[in-house]
Amino acid sequence: MIWRYILKRVLWMIPFMFGVSVVSFLLIQAPPGDFLTTYIAKLGESNELLDQATIDNLRARFGLDQPLYVQYFKWVGNLLQGDFGMSFEWRQPVNELVWERMALTLLVSMATLLFTWAIAFPIGVYSAVYKYSIGDYIATMIGFIGLATPNFLLALVLMYIGVVYFGSDVGGLFSPEYQNAPWSWGKVVDLINHLWLPMVVLGTSATASLIRIMRANLLDELHKPYVDTARAKGLSEFWLIMKYPVRVALNPFISTIGWVLPNLVSGAVITAIVLSLPLAGPLMLQALLSQDMYLAGAFVLLLSLLTVIGMLISDILLVLLDPRVRYD
Amino acid sequence: MTDQQAQGAPQPVEDNTPAVGASAKAVIGYSEQEYAVASQWQLTRWAFRRHKLAVVSLWIIVTLYVLSIFAEFVAPFDPTQQNRRAVYHPPQMIHFIDRGEDGLRLRPYVYEMDRQRDPRTLAVTYVPSGEKTYLTFFGKGDEYKLWGVIPSTRHLLVPVNKRDGFYLFGADRLGRDMFSRVIYGTRISMSIGLVGVAISLVLGVVLGGISGYYGGRVDAVIQRLIEFVLSLPTIPIWLALAAALPPDWPIYQQYFVITLIVSLVGWTELGRVVRGRFLAMKNEDFVIAARLDGASEWRIIWRHMLPSLSSHIIASLTLAVPLMILAETGLSFLGLGLTPPAISWGVLLKEAQNIVSISQAPWLFIPGGFVVLAVLAFNFLGDGMRDAADPYGH
Repeated sequence: MIWRYILKRVLWMIPFMFGVSVVSFLLIQAPPGDFLTTYIAKLGESNELLDQATIDNLRARFGLDQPLYVQYFKWVGNLLQGDFGMSFEWRQPVNELVWERMALTLLVSMATLLFTWAIAFPIGVYSAVYKYSIGDYIATMIGFIGLATPNFLLALVLMYIGVVYFGSDVGGLFSPEYQNAPWSWGKVVDLINHLWLPMVVLGTSATASLIRIMRANLLDELHKPYVDTARAKGLSEFWLIMKYPVRVALNPFISTIGWVLPNLVSGAVITAIVLSLPLAGPLMLQALLSQDMYLAGAFVLLLSLLTVIGMLISDILLVLLDPRVRYD
Repeated sequence: MTDQQAQGAPQPVEDNTPAVGASAKAVIGYSEQEYAVASQWQLTRWAFRRHKLAVVSLWIIVTLYVLSIFAEFVAPFDPTQQNRRAVYHPPQMIHFIDRGEDGLRLRPYVYEMDRQRDPRTLAVTYVPSGEKTYLTFFGKGDEYKLWGVIPSTRHLLVPVNKRDGFYLFGADRLGRDMFSRVIYGTRISMSIGLVGVAISLVLGVVLGGISGYYGGRVDAVIQRLIEFVLSLPTIPIWLALAAALPPDWPIYQQYFVITLIVSLVGWTELGRVVRGRFLAMKNEDFVIAARLDGASEWRIIWRHMLPSLSSHIIASLTLAVPLMILAETGLSFLGLGLTPPAISWGVLLKEAQNIVSISQAPWLFIPGGFVVLAVLAFNFLGDGMRDAADPYGH
């Protein structure tokens, strides 16, 4: 039963990813002109001129002279074989450019997700159990401000505090000496030291909404008869809350991974640009601006895939954890 | 059938009404009897007024919109007017009590700042010169045309002497007055929220309504569409869409397209709310009664179902506005939304992107404060409205 459900959900991803690929392709095709027009304009600025024959030649080589649907099917066909095409701007296969950045994006998003849960869970439980206490009001207030502050603004403010009060530039994911170094133990430690800032910046708004969700769910459960029964039987207050109502309130909390992950991946784009992190965001932005379509397309597609997988995981987790959810 | 039932109250007035009425009476001051005969809108208003934060938020939002409607009048200067003598001029406090030679007088003034250059580092600093710049309410300043039509020179608060500077929020790297710029930015950012929500409203109500009312295959298709849009990572998609905008488009065209892009995602949430309500209401007694009476589908939807949805729709709309404001701010901040000479909060914050400039001029963060304030206010207001939308609930 459960396997059938998982299989069905996985199969459902196929038409979905097809839709995503069409949307990504149309998006990267949407700007007027193509990479060559941008390229020629750029060369023109430095007074280099290309003659028409060279332009036609280049256009044919990049396959830009073919009709749209041919370009699309060629692109998708290559994708299925794991080939993302060539980046016009970098003159490198897209594969070489994206994977490390995507891996780091995934790492930062997952770390933030764990951080968010670790913070939101205890605060949410506390806020519900001690409803209208000072702690609850403080948590609610911080939560609201967290929701209202755009990621990039928070990043800017933290950077400002870092520069003005601590005299250090807090941007980036690595210290300069590890920037281009191969992976080593030292580099991993360095990464962990730099990870807290993007984690805080990215996680704040998600933490805020998770606290509110946890609080609301738990409040709904706390006054149900089974809680009174357990209390009447003499269970200690801590275990009583942790074992029953929290367990029930946790389900909607789990299902939030489905939308928290897309939000984190999205948010990571802007945050990475502000904090100049070597994630997908800055390179994607640059690729979009210079109409480097295969590179931009690969990023849009992979980021969408990440969010789809996040939703899949949350659906499966939910079914595993809550026997009441039906498999249909 | 009473008025409330005809409007499709989800639940009849419950028997705990007296308790609610009594507690509400203490706060607002209406009697049980008044409560029993009050119309739905009256009940909604009472329920809303119980939310102190929501009421305060409503006033903040109204103030922001009034400021933005009269931006030309409120702003003391032309927001594009540059001044090389006032680069990164720090903010000045307005004082009202003036201790002059002629005794105490009540008039607004600021302390003038002199620009000095450090002889060794050549860094520019501003020091108070001790002189006062007097200001006047409703004084004459730069010429402008209110809403592009009514010519005037009156401003809310300007220096008495036209050549003096006055920087409530400081000045930016070109010496432009930040206060004027923030006020003009408020106009664009706050209105993008409204226009975007209007577009989402049409999409959400039409698609959500069709989906919920007809059900079946149509419902399935629209639901898949909503799921699809919801699971796309918004920011990469927005970036890609916004990157497709030619940068040399005129401001109003940019504005319209950005609003459209921003609302493309906003409608899904609303569509879901409307669908859920329609599904739940489809088999309510009063809808079936209307159908049995031979009312047309159009009439059932518009006269019987939508009125009882309206409060929920308004609440969802209020909660959607801040998302739009944040989206526009984010896009403009990255340089993909509105671009100068357009002024929005995002465009202003783009100036604060550079760590060197903000450590020199932290007042460039002020537009960010406005973003947070507006988003918070809309969230509180939306929360209050959502609770008030169903005055018969617990």
